[in-house]
Amino acid sequence: MSTLTKQTLSHLDWLEAEAIHILREVAGQCANPVLLFSGGKDSICLLRLAEKAFRPGRFPFPLMHIDTGHNYPEVTEFRDRRAAELGERLIVRSVEDSMARGTVVLKHPGESRNKHQSVTLLEAIEEFSFDACIGGARRDEEKARAKERIMSFRDEFGQWDPKNQRPELWNLYNARSHKGENIRAFPISNWTELDVWQYIQREQLELPSIYFAHVRPVVRKNGLLQPVTPLTPAKAEDKVEDVLVRFRTVGDITCTAPVESDADTVDKILLETATTTITERGATRMDDQTSEASMEQRKKEGYF
Amino acid sequence: MSAPEHLPEIDNGLLRFLTCGSVDDGKSTLIGRLLFDTKTILADTLSAIEKTSARRGTSAVDLSLLTDGLQAEREQGITIDVAYRYFSTGTRKYIIADAPGHEQYTRNMVTAASTANLAIILVDARKGVLTQTRRHSYLASLVGIPHLLVAVNKMDLVDYDQAVFERIKADYLAFAAKLGIGDVRFIPISALNGDMIVDRGERLAWYDGPTLLEILEAAPAAHTERAEDFRFPVQYVCRPQDSANPELHDYRGFMGRVESGEVGVGDAVTVLPSGAASRVKAIEIGGVRRERAIHEQSVTLLLEDEIDISRGDLIVKSAEAPAPVKEIDATLCWLSETPLSPARTYLVRHTTREVKAKVARIAHRVDVNTLAHEEASQLAMNDIARITLKLAQPIVADDYAANRATGAFIVIDESTNNTVGAGMIG
Repeated sequence: MSTLTKQTLSHLDWLEAEAIHILREVAGQCANPVLLFSGGKDSICLLRLAEKAFRPGRFPFPLMHIDTGHNYPEVTEFRDRRAAELGERLIVRSVEDSMARGTVVLKHPGESRNKHQSVTLLEAIEEFSFDACIGGARRDEEKARAKERIMSFRDEFGQWDPKNQRPELWNLYNARSHKGENIRAFPISNWTELDVWQYIQREQLELPSIYFAHVRPVVRKNGLLQPVTPLTPAKAEDKVEDVLVRFRTVGDITCTAPVESDADTVDKILLETATTTITERGATRMDDQTSEASMEQRKKEGYF
Repeated sequence: MSAPEHLPEIDNGLLRFLTCGSVDDGKSTLIGRLLFDTKTILADTLSAIEKTSARRGTSAVDLSLLTDGLQAEREQGITIDVAYRYFSTGTRKYIIADAPGHEQYTRNMVTAASTANLAIILVDARKGVLTQTRRHSYLASLVGIPHLLVAVNKMDLVDYDQAVFERIKADYLAFAAKLGIGDVRFIPISALNGDMIVDRGERLAWYDGPTLLEILEAAPAAHTERAEDFRFPVQYVCRPQDSANPELHDYRGFMGRVESGEVGVGDAVTVLPSGAASRVKAIEIGGVRRERAIHEQSVTLLLEDEIDISRGDLIVKSAEAPAPVKEIDATLCWLSETPLSPARTYLVRHTTREVKAKVARIAHRVDVNTLAHEEASQLAMNDIARITLKLAQPIVADDYAANRATGAFIVIDESTNNTVGAGMIG
């Protein structure tokens, strides 16, 4: 192989350029897209990428959060503030409203509402006639995601059919859909957790405070740290400890566990991420541990 | 594992490569080995596959389980389609497109190859060059992968015998010459034992070339080393028309990705297919001005003159403008279970433009195993054929061999919106 090399992009510049290209394809091909913004680190990256893709213009889509009502207040506050700073429209639709309508029925009051977000999401898609939802999912998160397309087709019931995906070649994305159907677009499909942290560092992106080390009461259960909160109180037999922790993902309080860490800056988190020995979802998501195939199952039911 | 003092700088870009071979060739073991030896596999993943290995009755940890797929696949014992895997060496990030060997092999391999710059073709040392080796090599060269790496695997099962390796190499070179494959390298490996993947091992002392990972680390990340013409398909036009900001009143930004070549402020450009000419007034990335933009960068171009430009137009340098065409010859790979019907009208997506198209002629179908040409009146899934397409509106294209981005297209069936074909012009 030749030793002569053309000028090429650094890996972060390449990933950024690819993501911007995907965002612009969604804007160019879809009539009414929406960007799913939770206040989590992946969707925070999406917002920066959208700025790079569309400024000085407005985003050609609103932002939307499907709120389980079980979010950490630091994250909700951040979500609202960030949308206001950008001057973009934020839509919030709530799982609790779906519960009130009777379209979400919990098995028991304490059941995680995470998987029920699918119902509320599909209701919101119908309400606003969205033809595409831009999300921050990555292929390295979980094996059901490793085979997901960048433009992933969902039928009228919001279902993902892994056996019937559109072939995706070159960078010729096909985001076409008929009325009632939907495209999920994932601009950071090819990013890993480490890439996300490197991008946050390079772009100096602000994050909700719970991503950084803080002391929090927790109970150790099944190898995970369960935060003690008003929603998830300790049982009589539990041993509550104050532990220095940080969150690697921020989701529903009832199913998102922090990890022990003293990393209180992005630089320290990067070092920890580079040497970490537990995958992101394995360490922190109680819902993904339920069965070997639980993400695959949820995605078939219309999950992000 | 102890924590490093600081993170190594990743400065050698990103390489996308493809692995071709069937499960029997040890492809999953090779990928598992690359992930394992570059320390990309994490503790909970490892403990999960240890459990699965034990449950399935294997004593050693089966690295091929790392690429184990979906529940739907395990139920049927098949691999459905291309999976993407990631690892990083600290100096370079890698994206592996893992294409299954058996099921729908042409469709999957063409898909995986379309974004790859290097292909690893696995050969079982005991079996040598097989029909599928020729098929994989043909498809890799068809899709224009510039670098092939033939990995002769399972050397442990032939006593690490150099003569076996040399014989396979000679066999392969004999047919590679017929395909016109340029850059091909050979390496003996044992994915099972890890010899010559990341570590050299001790059993292949007669081989003095680089390890598999060293070859990946040194491979050019750019798709081509040639200087290419500047091609900029317009994706989106930005007209903020912000009444609060008079500076933006006349702002017209043409947003897209530099698919090939490069462009600088002041360059004379032509917009196709209209042919209108102007000069580059400014180049922006996220509002930051740049003097130039290189291939693969997503940027916004501002031009000196007010020209009507919309999504689907192509901006090129005036001296390098290709002519719009309404009929194209192409190699087409059919991807759909519904056969291609010459009676129907399809949609062709080429760069950011969509045009209606009909098949004017199927010249011949290619047997991917023998490379023989056959007569054909329609095309079934996995067929590859030489065809001529008539287009309702002109497109501005290059030959695929000269330019991957402006030479490729996909075919869409408007009734389902499915992607049903992949084409290469020329």
